[in-house]
Amino acid sequence: MAEPLHALTALGQTIPYTKEIGPYRIIERFDVALASLATRKGRDGEVRAAAAKAGLPLPDPARAASGNPYSAFWVAPDMWMVEADFATHEDIAALLKPLFGEAASITEQTDAWVRFDITAGNLAPLLERLSNVDFPAVPDGYASRTVIEHIGCYLIRRDIGSVVLYGPRSSAKSLFHALEVTARSLL
Amino acid sequence: MSQKNRISGGQIDRSKVLTFTFDGKTYSGHPGDTLASALLANGVRLMGRSFKYHRPRGPISAGSEEPNALVQLRSGARQEPNTRATVAELFDGLDATSQNRWPSLAFDALAINDRLNTFFTAGFYYKTFMWPASFWEKVYEPIIRRAAGLGSLTREEDPDEYDKGFLHCDLLVIGAGPAGLMAALAAGRAGARVILADEDFRFGGRLNAETLSVGGRTGAEWADSVIAELAALPNVRLMLRTTVIGAFDHGIYGAVERVSDHLAVPLEGKPRQTLWRIYSKRALLAGGATERPIAFENNDRPGIMMAGALRTYANRFGVTVGERVAVFTNNEDGLQTARDLVEKGVDVVAVIDARPDGPLLPGIRHLKGAEVVDAAGRLGLKSITIRQANGRTETVEVSALGVSGGWNPNVNISSHHRSKPVWSEALQAFVPGEGGPQGLSAAGAAAGQMSTHAALEGGQKAAIAALAELGISAKADTVPEAEDRPLSITPKWYVNAGKGRAWIDPQNDVTVKDIKLAHKENFTSVEHMKRYTTLGMATDQGKTGNVLGLAIMAGLTGQTIPETGTTIYRPPYTPVAMGTLAGRSRGKEFKPFRLTPSHKWAEEQGAVFVEVGMWLRTQWLPKPGEKHWRESVDREVLATRKSVGICDVTTLGKIDIQGTDAGAFLDKVYCNTFSTLAVGRCRYGLMLREDGMVFDDGTTARMGENEYVMTTTTANAVTVFRHLEYCRQVLWPDMDVQLISTTEAWAQFSVAGPNARKLLEKIVDQDISDSAFPYMAAGNITIGGLRARLFRISFSGELAYEIAVPTRYGDALIRRLVEEGKAFDAVVYGTEALGVMRVEKGHVAGNELNGQSTALNMGLGKMVSKMKDSIGMVLSQREGMNQPDGYRLVGVKPVDPAATLTAGSHFLEKDAKPVIENDGGWLTSKVYSPHLGCDIALGYLKAGDQKIGRRMRAVNLLAKTETEVEIVSPHFFDPEGERLRG
Amino acid sequence: MIIHHPILGPRDAQEFVYLGDASLINRPDGLTAGVEAFYDYLYNRGNPAGEHRELWYHEQGDRSWLVVTRNTVTHEIIKVELARDVAKAAGRTK
Repeated sequence: MAEPLHALTALGQTIPYTKEIGPYRIIERFDVALASLATRKGRDGEVRAAAAKAGLPLPDPARAASGNPYSAFWVAPDMWMVEADFATHEDIAALLKPLFGEAASITEQTDAWVRFDITAGNLAPLLERLSNVDFPAVPDGYASRTVIEHIGCYLIRRDIGSVVLYGPRSSAKSLFHALEVTARSLL
Repeated sequence: MSQKNRISGGQIDRSKVLTFTFDGKTYSGHPGDTLASALLANGVRLMGRSFKYHRPRGPISAGSEEPNALVQLRSGARQEPNTRATVAELFDGLDATSQNRWPSLAFDALAINDRLNTFFTAGFYYKTFMWPASFWEKVYEPIIRRAAGLGSLTREEDPDEYDKGFLHCDLLVIGAGPAGLMAALAAGRAGARVILADEDFRFGGRLNAETLSVGGRTGAEWADSVIAELAALPNVRLMLRTTVIGAFDHGIYGAVERVSDHLAVPLEGKPRQTLWRIYSKRALLAGGATERPIAFENNDRPGIMMAGALRTYANRFGVTVGERVAVFTNNEDGLQTARDLVEKGVDVVAVIDARPDGPLLPGIRHLKGAEVVDAAGRLGLKSITIRQANGRTETVEVSALGVSGGWNPNVNISSHHRSKPVWSEALQAFVPGEGGPQGLSAAGAAAGQMSTHAALEGGQKAAIAALAELGISAKADTVPEAEDRPLSITPKWYVNAGKGRAWIDPQNDVTVKDIKLAHKENFTSVEHMKRYTTLGMATDQGKTGNVLGLAIMAGLTGQTIPETGTTIYRPPYTPVAMGTLAGRSRGKEFKPFRLTPSHKWAEEQGAVFVEVGMWLRTQWLPKPGEKHWRESVDREVLATRKSVGICDVTTLGKIDIQGTDAGAFLDKVYCNTFSTLAVGRCRYGLMLREDGMVFDDGTTARMGENEYVMTTTTANAVTVFRHLEYCRQVLWPDMDVQLISTTEAWAQFSVAGPNARKLLEKIVDQDISDSAFPYMAAGNITIGGLRARLFRISFSGELAYEIAVPTRYGDALIRRLVEEGKAFDAVVYGTEALGVMRVEKGHVAGNELNGQSTALNMGLGKMVSKMKDSIGMVLSQREGMNQPDGYRLVGVKPVDPAATLTAGSHFLEKDAKPVIENDGGWLTSKVYSPHLGCDIALGYLKAGDQKIGRRMRAVNLLAKTETEVEIVSPHFFDPEGERLRG
Repeated sequence: MIIHHPILGPRDAQEFVYLGDASLINRPDGLTAGVEAFYDYLYNRGNPAGEHRELWYHEQGDRSWLVVTRNTVTHEIIKVELARDVAKAAGRTK
């Protein structure tokens, strides 16, 4: 067997990048595996049962939920994005498929996305310049697709000072640029 | 220079002196001044020239409605034309110049237009530049272009940044005068989310300009106390220097915040302006009212302004416009100007009151039933001529005249959804009508509540009512005590005397005469009058003068003003800089980029990139010594065909399709059949639109019993996905199909050429011999244990594979392929070589998939299965789309191999004239084939399949090229497909 | 405009892609209906000044296709439904 291939982060580095701009911290996450999970027609009950058994929450629309070993956020009717630790779940789709059998459609999504965790005391001033989500008003655990500088992203509110953004991996640099410039304009 | 017209009082900080220049001359002012107030303080009344006649002009207002005092601010790259001096906040070092004059403001050569005014009346353009038609482009247009416009743009790039953002609230309050403040207070105290926006740099609106008291304090002090309370409320957002520019559907408002305009240069990292999109549940228009003039002869002399503006300059800025002042009014409010100026010690020589009766002002020469008939002083007002009630005229020396013809409620935003304002007889003005933007109400002067008391009360009431609709209960607190006198207005629109010109719209130089001419020539409808005379079409949208024009027209036609009607307003409320609308999306950041997994490697190699949608793809990779792009592309093509080439094809759309009905679903969306495809195999699919035209194409692989991976073209990845969701949800909602895009999840490379297998065998863990992995096989493999995918498909016509790994390993894979490829002299090729090879092979791509072509046109007619129902199948059978002489895809070669082809050329028979009747079709794609040693092309030719071997002409009238060509099969290379099966 | 998404609540119309008349749901069967029926289906549509049922796609959202009943004169949105529910109610299956 040949040498293993090395990995690059979405920003093109060998190690993930963290940037501090005043109170804002933008952390590129490279340690999360992702897969989409969609219920097959009429198999909702089976999927929920299997998910519960696997420690995989299936949150309501526009919500994210944490679990062990899996977390998830809602993306579309009957569809969630499942998150897990990359170190233990690199081949996340292959790990999930046996749990659900033919009751769900599972697709590898890890490298379709770049993930940025952003923190500050209060993220409202930053996010109101980036997204039309009413960030101060939505509850913790809110998850939604939103557009940031023309880039379609998923936004998950942990709390008023903590947000997770998933953007398309190929646009990681453009998305990071938007975050950086906007954060700098608030200093 | 001393500020000779500075008087006591005002909300300016006299402890600090700001130095600025106007037309190169240095002046001083104070923080709190506008450019206009500071210039007036220095005795400068002349600030601009009018658009058409180049008449000398000074400010007529103290606000954003200003039509005259438009100046150029700053210089160099930050030079900004047409800035209203009346709202430009003074800062130290401000550098302003006047515009629309040459060589100087006091002496302007084009002022000759003023002498020629009889030629420049309404409809001038329509009448003058009609004939001869040939004069338009060569004579008239250059003249007009040179003379048109006010200021000039800098030719440099704007160095500043602009930003955008989104805000949400229960109640948006537009304007922070008495009504807006009371509304915000009521809503803020009730806990509602409130945004209070005001265009000024100081909250308070008209209260800052008045001496009246509110709740026992000065209006400005009361405003300050309210603002202090609101600032402490976390649910209230105060937005200063923020103009709400328009109302959009369902409670969305646009607002421009001038973050840095009051500074010489924006602070590091800060935008100059921010465009806010405000989502409001309810909104309140509390934008006040704008005073309007009374037209009389030469009423545009610098020094003549609105009576309320005169008062604003005195009360707010501590400036008198002149030493000897008169007031001309038809309403009670004008008298307040006289009172305030007298109080400030200014010499008020006369109050000319158009109203015949009523009490007289004590201690002032108050002339009842009088009017101003003329004004003198070309560069600045010197005197006015008064005609008294008894008809006697006299000339009075004054350097400033305040005029009040009444107040127009600022209905603008309420009519942004085409709601017509309604006429108020009591106010002699239009007030907001029914059917305005959903959720918007009006209060204060904007709603015709003209006294301070009425505005305070109206604002509070409106806020309580709006919040009640949202289920928020707000309390009615005691309304502070304030003046509550009636406006008491007698209509007076213009003074009918003499032959001279009386201005209505000073910026566009529309006079009473022009309205009369429009009437005479039957342009009497308000919309016709507006366009014929250009009334209200200047940057101020006729905020001061429009109603005058209507009223005068009404008088001429004998109709009432409501019968005459009014034009309505459109966004924006005040002009918006283009940069603000662009936000951060400009230059390099115009749109986001998408980078391929091999981007970093390709950049290191000095690759040339091409924008494909948002993607940056490698176009070619020049080697040292290659001077022309063709050298690189030819080398990439030849090396691939000779041995092996590698290309990043990640940008192709990839859609994962799963479910027990996935195969049946694909049969619906592709015109050919996929349900019968074996697991582990792939097939070329053609997708039609319902009208029978080809939509997209690509290969789709069956990865499992209920699992397919579809490939789309790069360009259509998003629209195909949307279409599949449409089919799944709207057309066949019971199908068990799940979709997700995996375009970005996999880094995918094409490996093509006779040695493609040998190269891959060095990399993958599995047996990929022809028997183990035949042509059109697909499957999961591993690379050193890493999960990967392999597809044996070919776009180039060579033995070829596409290999995919999770994107993070894409960089490593391209490096591995290049390293291992050295043994085979492998090349990496870009989109140009990809294009050459696909044309050589006769594959269609974007130029052929033009949305107007059928499968039959492409020579793929047999792919449309009639055994099953698929999108587009039925309508592709329409007679007109199946004519034997319809377009067919052909190959094209120049008869002389040294001749060149031009894409877009049209096919003509040998002796046919290049006219539409003889058009045989066109060349869609053209490349140079290093393999054949000449230009080759694909094209759509009428009955092309019957014309193989024929000689025709390829004519391009735009490029002025003509080439004799031979029509050949589109499969220039390996027509039997032996190589790709090798 | 604001579209009140049946699942997600009020969302800016900027997030959506507009397709057209919701009568597109009533696609004839390709094997039995014939060219004329398809021609009618695809090209002959009403263009009312008033209430109009339209297909909108929440592209920058949850990818739901919606049937939006909108007044084309006032832009008032009267009703928003999931297109899948409307299609099923209209008898569409596989």
